[in-house]
Amino acid sequence: MTVLPSTRIYEGTRIPHPVPTILEVDPTEHRLEDILRINFGPNHPSTHGVLRLIVDLDGETVAGIRAVIGYLHTGFEKNMESKSWWKSITYAPRVDYVAFHANELLYVLAIEKLLGIEVPRRATWARMAMAELNRIHSHLVWLGTSALEIGAISLFWYAFDDRDEILDLFEMAGGTRMHTRYVQVGGLAEDLPPNFTKEARKFCESMPKSVDQYEALLDRNAIWLERTKGIGLLSADDALALAQSGPMLRSSGVNWDLRKNMPYLAYDEVEFDVPVYPNGDVYDRYKVHMDEMRESVRIVRQCLDRLDEMDGEPWIADDRKVVLPPRHELHTSMESLIHHFKIVTEGFTVPEGEVYVAIESPRGEAGCYLVSDGSARPWRVRFRAPSFAALQATATVVQGLLIADLVAVAGSLDPVMGDADR
Amino acid sequence: MQVEWYVSLIQALVVINLVMVTFAYLTLAERKIMGRMQLRYGPNRAGPYGLLQPIADLLKLLNKESFQPTAAIDWLYVLGPFLAAFTALTTFSVIPFGPGWEIGGVYVPGQVADIDIALILIFAIGSIGIYGFIIGGWSSDSKYALLGSMRTCAQLVSYEVSLALSVLGVVIMAKSLSLTAIVEAQSDTVWYAGPQFVGLVVFSLAGTAETARAPFDLPEAEQELVAGYHTEYGGMRFGLYSMSEYINLITLSGLSVTLFLGGWHGPGWEGATWAGPLWFIAKLLILLFLFIWMRTTLPRLRYDQLMRFGWKILLPVAILNAIVTAIVVVAV
Repeated sequence: MTVLPSTRIYEGTRIPHPVPTILEVDPTEHRLEDILRINFGPNHPSTHGVLRLIVDLDGETVAGIRAVIGYLHTGFEKNMESKSWWKSITYAPRVDYVAFHANELLYVLAIEKLLGIEVPRRATWARMAMAELNRIHSHLVWLGTSALEIGAISLFWYAFDDRDEILDLFEMAGGTRMHTRYVQVGGLAEDLPPNFTKEARKFCESMPKSVDQYEALLDRNAIWLERTKGIGLLSADDALALAQSGPMLRSSGVNWDLRKNMPYLAYDEVEFDVPVYPNGDVYDRYKVHMDEMRESVRIVRQCLDRLDEMDGEPWIADDRKVVLPPRHELHTSMESLIHHFKIVTEGFTVPEGEVYVAIESPRGEAGCYLVSDGSARPWRVRFRAPSFAALQATATVVQGLLIADLVAVAGSLDPVMGDADR
Repeated sequence: MQVEWYVSLIQALVVINLVMVTFAYLTLAERKIMGRMQLRYGPNRAGPYGLLQPIADLLKLLNKESFQPTAAIDWLYVLGPFLAAFTALTTFSVIPFGPGWEIGGVYVPGQVADIDIALILIFAIGSIGIYGFIIGGWSSDSKYALLGSMRTCAQLVSYEVSLALSVLGVVIMAKSLSLTAIVEAQSDTVWYAGPQFVGLVVFSLAGTAETARAPFDLPEAEQELVAGYHTEYGGMRFGLYSMSEYINLITLSGLSVTLFLGGWHGPGWEGATWAGPLWFIAKLLILLFLFIWMRTTLPRLRYDQLMRFGWKILLPVAILNAIVTAIVVVAV
C-alpha cells in the first residue's frame, strides 16, 4: 500500500484507534436547548434510497448525527442459502443494484474458487470488459445523483443518457438491461453477440468526450468548486481506520486498488492507472470518479481488442459436472442428457470448504465469503459491502458542516442502500 | 391626463389575467425548455405540444383536498399563501408596458396605476410579501418548513438591500422614482443597461435571489429541506405559493426591462405606440428564458456562501455603483 507523500499515516503500529461512527452534540460548543433534531429520511429526496439520518441541527450547522440503516434489509444472504448454487447467482446483482455486474461476478468468482474450475480466457476478458462498463455505469449514476443534490439538475439527465448506452450493451449481451445474470459458473451464459465489440467501441469513442463535457460543466463552475472543495474531509488515517475502500480511500491519498494490488481476472495484463487524490474532500472524490471512468474506458478498449482476437474460442468451461451441456448434444448423447437433468434439478455440488474472494467493485472492496458443506446449496453466504463501510464514515466527514453540505457529503460517500442493508 | 375609474378597473382585470396566463404558460415553458436542455421532451401529453398542461395542473390543484397539519395555526396557515399571492399580483400594477393610448376618446394609460413613487411601492409590497413565506412556514408546525422559512426570511431580507441599492443609480440618472419617467428618460438618452451595467448585474443577481431561483433557490432546496417553507402545503394553497413565486419572477423581469432595457421602447419603432407592449413582452420573455437557462446549468449555493455573497460582494458593489453614479451625474 502506497500513500501519497502529502498524507499522514500511522507509523509503527498499524492498529488504528477506534473512530466514532456517531457524532454526539458537544454541550461545550452548542447550547442544548438550541438544538433542533430532525429526521433526514428514510423518505427524503436525497438519501440515496432509504438511509435515515437523525440530525441535530444548531441553526444550519450539523451538531450531531447518527445514521440508521436497515430499511432495505431484504435477507438476500439468507435467501441464497436456500437456493442451489447456480440459482442463487441471480440474487447477487440485486444486492448492489447499481454495480450489478460486479456483485454477480464476485459471487461466481467465489464459487469458482471453491470448485477450482478453469475459466476460458475469452470468458475472463468478456467479464472484465463488462466489469469496467459496469464501473462506468455506477460512476455515472453517482455523478448524476450527486450533482443533482448540489443543485446541478441537468447533469442527471446527461449522465443517465450515457448510462443508457451501457445498459444497451448489457442488453445486447445478456438480454436484460440490469441484473443480467450473464456470468455463469465456468464462464458466460452465452457467447458475446457478433457485433458486441463494434458497438462497445462506439461507446468507447463517445464516453471520454462525455466525461470531458461533464468536467467542463462542473470544474469551470465556481459554485461547484465552492460547494465541493474542502468539504467532507476524511484523512488517510481515518479512512483506513473506518475500513474505507475504493474511491473513498483513493481520494484520501491512499493508493489501494484491488485490481492492481491483488489482481483477479486478467487485470495484471491490462494497462491502466489508478487515480489517487490527496485531500479527501468531496471534490477529490468527484475527481477520482471522473478519472476512473476514463481509465475504465481504457481497460474496455484493451479487452475489446483481445476479445476480437479470441473470436470463436469457447466462452464456458467444458466441465460437465458443473456446466450445462450444449443443447444439440441432448438429442444424441445420453450422458449429456443425464448431466443436464442433474444440473437443472438438483444443481451441481461444490466441495466442502470456505473461501473469501474480494474484487474492486465501483464502490470499493466488495467481498464474498462462502462456506460450502459439499451439497448443492451454499451453507453460508456473506457479502462485504463497501457501501456499509462508506456509511461508517458519515459522522467523521460531516463534523461542523452545514445541512447543505451534509447532503453533498452523504452523496459523495456513494452508498447504495441495497448494498449496505442487504 | 385624467384616467377614468372604469378604464383602470378594466385594465386591472385584463392585466391581472394576462399575468396569470403568463404565469401558467411560464410553468409550461420552463418545463419544456428545461426538458429540451436535458435531452428529454417535457410535458407533451395534454393537448397539442402539451399546451393544455397548465390547465390540467390547475384543475388537479383545485380538486385536491385542502388538508392541513393538526398542529398548524389555522388562520395563519391559510393567510400565508394568500398574502404571498396577493402581494405578488399587486406589484405588477405599476409596471408600464406602453406609452398610453387614446382609444375612442378615452385615455388608456400604459399601466394600471401610474404612481410617482412606483419603485418604492414595489419594494414595499415585496417586503410585505415576505411575511407570506415566513408565516406560512412557521405556522405549519413542521421542522423542515421552519428551516425553510428561516432561510427564506434571511435570504430575502439580505438581498432586498442590494436590490434596492442597485436601482439607486437608475433613479439618480432619471431623477425620478416614477417608472414611466424612468422609461421616458431612457428613450431620450440610452438604455440604462449601458451606463448602469454594474447596477444591472447586481439587480439581476439580487433579483434572482429575491425570487429564490437557481442558483439561489435555497428556501426550497428540495435535496435539503424537502420543499422548504411550503412542505406542509398541498392543493391550491401550494398552488398559490407556486404562483406567487412565478409572478414575482415575472414582475422582477418586467422591472428590469423597465429600469435597464428601455421598457416598451424598441429600436426603429419609436412612432408606433401600439408596438410598445410587444417590445415589452419580447424583452420580458428573453429575460425569463435566461432565468430558466440558469436553472438548468448552475448548482446551488450554500447558505453561508449565499449570505457572504449578498453582504460582502453585492452590497458594497451596489453602494459603490450608486456613489459613482451620483458623482458622475453631479459632475456632468
